[in-house]
Amino acid sequence: MAEALLFYVFGSLAVLLALLVVALKNPIHSAVALIGNLFLVAGLFAMLDAHFLAAIQVLVYAGAILVLFLFVIMLLNLQDGELGAAQRTPIKWLAAVAVLGSGTVGIVLLLHQPAYGLGTIPEGFGTIEAIGRLLFGRYLLPFEAASIILLSAILGAVAIAKRELW
Amino acid sequence: MITVLHYLVVSFMLFGIGVLGVLLRRNLLILLMSVELMLNGGNLALIAFSRAHGESSGQGIAVFVITVAAAEAAVGLALVLALFRHRGKVNADEFRELKG
Repeated sequence: MAEALLFYVFGSLAVLLALLVVALKNPIHSAVALIGNLFLVAGLFAMLDAHFLAAIQVLVYAGAILVLFLFVIMLLNLQDGELGAAQRTPIKWLAAVAVLGSGTVGIVLLLHQPAYGLGTIPEGFGTIEAIGRLLFGRYLLPFEAASIILLSAILGAVAIAKRELW
Repeated sequence: MITVLHYLVVSFMLFGIGVLGVLLRRNLLILLMSVELMLNGGNLALIAFSRAHGESSGQGIAVFVITVAAAEAAVGLALVLALFRHRGKVNADEFRELKG
């Protein structure tokens, strides 16, 4: 019972904050709403016994990525006029209606599936040890590829954002 | 009882809201945040299925998704900075040089 209550609180607040991210005009307000959304999704991860992922979500997403966003927003220090007028062409609205429609159909279809419970989990599921063994065992090659992605992202970000590279 | 479908519905909604943000907003910063929302919805689905099957692989892949999200945010924000420096605008509709 407590689980259901927690799920509905976390889930509804996460969706509400996601809507705020998209709807709010000021990017800073959107970023703060996104931080709240990420914390709530981390709560959902913890409810799914993915405790390490919940910690990573808070540390990397809410801690690092969102701070980067806030830095850039404050660095740009946008005034109202610099944003320009939004151009809402009919095709965009059509696309939005299509997304909403297909999303609703998807959710209705999901709710008509036979519900299977979350079942039992093996010992030590979602701990640092389990994830570590996975990353350094079965996913060793993707893990090393991730380090190359991060390295090229660092170099790329510096090369793109630097005023005078040479 | 909370089943995996409940989590999938939340994941669907997060992803759909992210798509709506990319479609309807023109502020590049909010576009990037909407992409983060979509990645987050995908992560939630991965972890829900990982929990439902008692198999850790989904969590390993979610770690990689978070890595890619970090790289994407860093490069994307660098691009926003460079564009703002050259044009003084962060409106995606202003940048249409590559449009045929």
